[in-house]
Formats: sequence, C-alpha cells, structure tokens
Amino acid sequence: MTGAVVLGAAAWLNHEPDTPAQGLRALSRREAELIRALAPVILAGMIPTDATARQTALNEVVEAFDRGLAGMSLAVQGEVKQLLGLLTFAPSRALVAGVWTSWPEASESEVAAFLMKWQSSRFVLLRAGYQAMKQLMQACWFGNPLAWPAMGYALPDRAREFL
Amino acid sequence: MSKLPDPIRLGLDRGWTVQDGAKLKADLSLEADIVIVGTGAGGGTAADILSAAGLKVIMIEEGPLKSSSDFRMLERDAYPQLYQESAGRQTQDKAITILQGRSVGGSTTVNWTSSFRTPAATLKHWQDQWGLREYSQESMAPWFARMEERLSIAPWPVPPNENNDILRRGCEALKIPAAAIQRNVKGCWNLGYCGVGCPTNAKQSMLVTTVPAALDRGATLLHRTRVDTLRFAHDKAVSLEAVALDEAGIRPTGVKVKVRARHFVLAGGAINTPGLLLRSKAPDPHATLGKRTFLHPVNVTAALMNSKVEGYNGAPQTIYSDHFLDTLPLDGPIGYKLEAPPVHPILAGITLQGFGEEHSTWMRRLPHLQVVIALLRDGFHPHSIGGAVSLRKDGSPVLDYAISDYVWDGMRRAFFTMAEIQFAAGAKVVMPMHEKGKPMKSWAEAKQHIADLPMKPLECRVVSAHVMGGCGMGVDEKRSVVRGDGRHHQLENVWIFDGSAFPTSIGANPQLSIYGMVARNATRLAEALVSQKKPMVG
Repeated sequence: MTGAVVLGAAAWLNHEPDTPAQGLRALSRREAELIRALAPVILAGMIPTDATARQTALNEVVEAFDRGLAGMSLAVQGEVKQLLGLLTFAPSRALVAGVWTSWPEASESEVAAFLMKWQSSRFVLLRAGYQAMKQLMQACWFGNPLAWPAMGYALPDRAREFL
Repeated sequence: MSKLPDPIRLGLDRGWTVQDGAKLKADLSLEADIVIVGTGAGGGTAADILSAAGLKVIMIEEGPLKSSSDFRMLERDAYPQLYQESAGRQTQDKAITILQGRSVGGSTTVNWTSSFRTPAATLKHWQDQWGLREYSQESMAPWFARMEERLSIAPWPVPPNENNDILRRGCEALKIPAAAIQRNVKGCWNLGYCGVGCPTNAKQSMLVTTVPAALDRGATLLHRTRVDTLRFAHDKAVSLEAVALDEAGIRPTGVKVKVRARHFVLAGGAINTPGLLLRSKAPDPHATLGKRTFLHPVNVTAALMNSKVEGYNGAPQTIYSDHFLDTLPLDGPIGYKLEAPPVHPILAGITLQGFGEEHSTWMRRLPHLQVVIALLRDGFHPHSIGGAVSLRKDGSPVLDYAISDYVWDGMRRAFFTMAEIQFAAGAKVVMPMHEKGKPMKSWAEAKQHIADLPMKPLECRVVSAHVMGGCGMGVDEKRSVVRGDGRHHQLENVWIFDGSAFPTSIGANPQLSIYGMVARNATRLAEALVSQKKPMVG
C-alpha cells in the first residue's frame, strides 16, 4: 500500500515533459540515462569489458528497451512509465531507491545496493519494480546475437538451410 | 526470408478473404451466420467445423497474421509479435508471468506441441462436482481421436533431447514412472524452436491446419482487429463492435468494424474472453464471470550438468511424469506434473534469479543448464479457487490470482521432487528459481535449503503457460457461466469455445482438451444450425 502511494505521488510530482529523447520512441532522456546506469550492474559478467564493444552493447540495450517499451500494450506501458518516473524523479529516487546522486553519477555499488534493497523489500510493489527492471534489461540483452558468444549459444546449423 | 514453402502466403495468393486491420482505410460492416472471436485452439477448430457445414464464418483476431516466412527463430522478434503483452502478460500483482499467444493461430502458433487427452480424473471430477455428465471418458474419446487425426497427434518417434532425457533418467533412478509426450507435428525437424513460431510448418497449429481450411471454404479473416463489445437485445447478442489496430498492434487506428451474426463464438482464450463479456456488460446474475481462472502455476529448478545439455536444441517437452498427480487424491494436497521446457537465452535469462555476477555465472554456462518445471493442478480443492478477471481503466482485462498457502505447499514439495530427480540424474549443482535460492551441491543440502525457503510472491519465480476457466461450464447456473455444450447460460446465441470454459484446470497441457471439447460442441452447433436453415439476420 505504501508503495502504491509513493508511486502515485511520484507520477503526480514528476513534472518533466514526457517526450521521448532524440532518436528514441518511448524513453525520455533521463529514463535512457537510468537504463544506461542500471545495465552494467544487472548485466555484469555478460556485457563486454572492452570499452568500444561495451559502448555498443549499452547503446543496443537502451535501444532494445525503448523498442520493447513502445511495443507494450498501453496499460503496461503506463505502468512501466510510472516505475521509470519514480526512479528518475530526484526526491523519490533518493527516498525510495536510496540513490542520492543522479543516475549517471551513481557508482556501480550504489546501483547494486538499490537493486538488492528492492529485491528483498517487504513491499510487494518494490519487489515487482526490481523484477521488472531486471527482467526487461536481461531480455533486452540476451535476445541480441551480440550477447550469444558469452553464453555459448548459437542457432542450429540446420537453420542455414532455410533462413 | 525462409526458403521453405509458406502455406499462408500461398493461400493469400490464391485469393483468401483476409483483411489486415492496420490496412483498413474505412469502417466495415459485415454479416455472417457465425462470427468467431479468436483463432487459437478453440476458434480455429470451430471455424473448421462450422465452415465445413456450409455456414458463413467470419474470424476476428486481435493479433497479426504471421507465418513461416516471418519466423526467424529469434526470441526478440517472436515475443512482441506473437504473444500477449510481448510475452510479459502478468497477474495483477506481477507475481506470475503468463505466456499466452496473440497472433493468428493463438497459443497454438507458439506452444511446445505437448498433446494430452483430458485426464480421466479431471473428467470424473467435472461429472461429479459440476454436473457435466456427458463429459465421460467414453463419450469424449471419439472427439479426441478425431482431432488427433486432424492434427497428426501421435507418439514422437525420435529420442528425447538431453534436457528431457535427464528428466527421464532421474525419474528412472528414483523409480518414478515417466513417459513420452505425444506431439502435433508432421515431418518435424527436431530444431526446438516451437515457442517462437515453427519455421518449417511441421507443427500442426491452427495457423497451418484449421484456419487455412476455413479460408479455403470461403471464410473471412480479419486480423489486427480487436473486438471491443457485444451488443445485446433481449437474451441474444445482435452484433459486435471491433476496432482496427495499427501496424504495431497496439493503438486503434480509428477505423471501426461492425459484425451482425446469428451466432457469436467467443474464443479469445481465458482472460480475454471473460474480459470481452465484462466489457460488454453481459448478464452475470450470480457474479461468476471471470472467476475461477486457473493457471497451472509453474515453479522451476535449474541444474548444472558436467556434459553439454543444449536445452535449446531439439523438441521441447517430450518426457513427462504424472506420478505426483496420479498418487495424490484430487481433494488432498495439490499435485503436479513434471516436464522439461526449452531453454533459450531470454526465457532462461529472465527466469534465473538475481543479477550481475550471481546471475551471469549461470548464463555463461547456458549449454550445461538442465531445467525441470512442475505444473500445479489448481482448481480441484476448496483452497484452490484460482483468480478473477477484471477490467483496467482502459477496458483491457487483468487477472488477479493470489497464490494460496495450499498452492505454495505444492510448490515447495515440487522443489524437493525436482532437485532430487536432477541429483539422481547426475547434476553437480541444483538451484531453485527463487530470489533467495542458492546453488545446492547435494540432495542432503537441498533438503535443508528448500525447507527454509520463504514461499512468497515476487521472490519465488512463478510462471504459467496455460490459462483456463473464467467462463466455466456447469449445470448449475449459480456456479458457472456456460452450459456443458458451451452456450452461455443467459444468452441463447453466445458460445464459449475456448479454454475459458473449463470448470477447473486440466492437469495436463490443455491444447488437446480444447480441441476435443470444441470439436464436440461446434459439431452440435453446426448440426443444429444446418437443420434449422433459418434466414440470415438483418
């Protein structure tokens, strides 16, 4: 219940115009920054460490998240936007996520601490928020053929006969 | 593009009457003997039978028409295109993720081909508890046989992939009976990509069987078209109103479709069918509509094996065990069916708990991962009443399903069973899919750890691929929504021909149960209509 009140308040207080950032369909600039800050922590061990490859991977995760969000039903898009609003609105980011700097300035350990806090929160709504961010991010990267070599996965050879 | 022949594109070239809602420029007004909402296991079967009886049939599908040329074996393309809510449909509290299809062919386009007749114990329960006397094993057998023949459902002659064989070997070591699963395939390549749309058209889904048959007989198909409401007059439906959807299948384009018909067959699947009736404010004198919606809630354990498993290669779900259904009475502790699912990157990635290093340790060993699932048989006990469908503000349906302690108890027992089987098959490490689940190195360690796991929503991973009920059949209209023949208790020309008509869960993967029930009920409806020879409405 507390979580619902916080979510509602954040949605109401979040005054930033909700326009997509340049080149994106659904994510605002601040939301894209959030994704870019969470991705290296959620996907640690699965995204490349080489600087150039890492940038490419992070760009692709943000683009996939944006595509995914734009492709959701309007009701679910609204819920995800509410969650993103809660996390990008500075007061709720600090109070509910416990992150006191902006997302681009947050350290990886601060991001991990936030995720762990929500992962085992006594509030169902915060656990749901953790699951949403974690699973969306993982789906965005693991569906990308660039991610497959690290997990030893490939399409079967026979697929070449018809694809 | 696939180099294999695509029966859908060939059919379109032959001149099928198919309209893509996204391409509709002006409002449409149509008439038919029967309008069918949904093209999955129920709608496809009904369209085949009703069109074969010479009736004028219109099928309406919310999802897009996609076929083998579009199926490129990629999860990231398939989930947004072929599943409800991009494969992220969830219960209201987000605790259960539901895989349900949303394209022409419905869930049959993306299911894993497992084919079981409705179990005898389930039919007996329906007869005894729901008054459905005509649902005996003997009377249903010919309907199952007919659909088995229609959809090439037969024993699968190829050895199971390693993921399934580990389940078989583990059961064998523990003397737990396990058997092979029948599949609806013809000339299957054994690739393992059933869940993202069969690229070779081997799977005998509605997309390549009944829907094309109906179209060849002159039936009409509207896709990317969402039915909003039914209009009633007295105790009958007179028309339905639908909206055309954009290319992405999300926003209405503003173009409207109206269909008048003699009879209305609802087959949008559980959640969507009760949702449509709720939106239409259909009579619901006993507040039964949308209630008793069941999920076969599933929990999962993963194991690391010494040798490669490659659970993404080879037919998924070819071995099962019903030991923990058959040995438990329906009115006792909840029972569960054991199966081994496909293990593809996105599916495995979002199911494994945790993030960062804890998670990637497992992902980097994806080829060595073995996965077992337990499907719980919900809806047979007073402590398993399922969930309720309601409408969001925008009119879309959502399922509220609280997991009772009775169901959690079954999940804990299933964790024990699955871990024991995996260790018996030689697993080095087993892990329950649970945010507090830890890698366990022995059966002794597993017994302690699983006993201590808190069974809570959004900590224990719970998924579902089978949505059933919400418009349940029964003779007592105070406890059900439709009669045994699928007709709505209060509406004389509205028929529920999909899994939402089941009064309980099935206790087995439900596609063949839907085919059999709908074959029976659609045949009766066809016979009644053909003998009436009433003039068309309007």
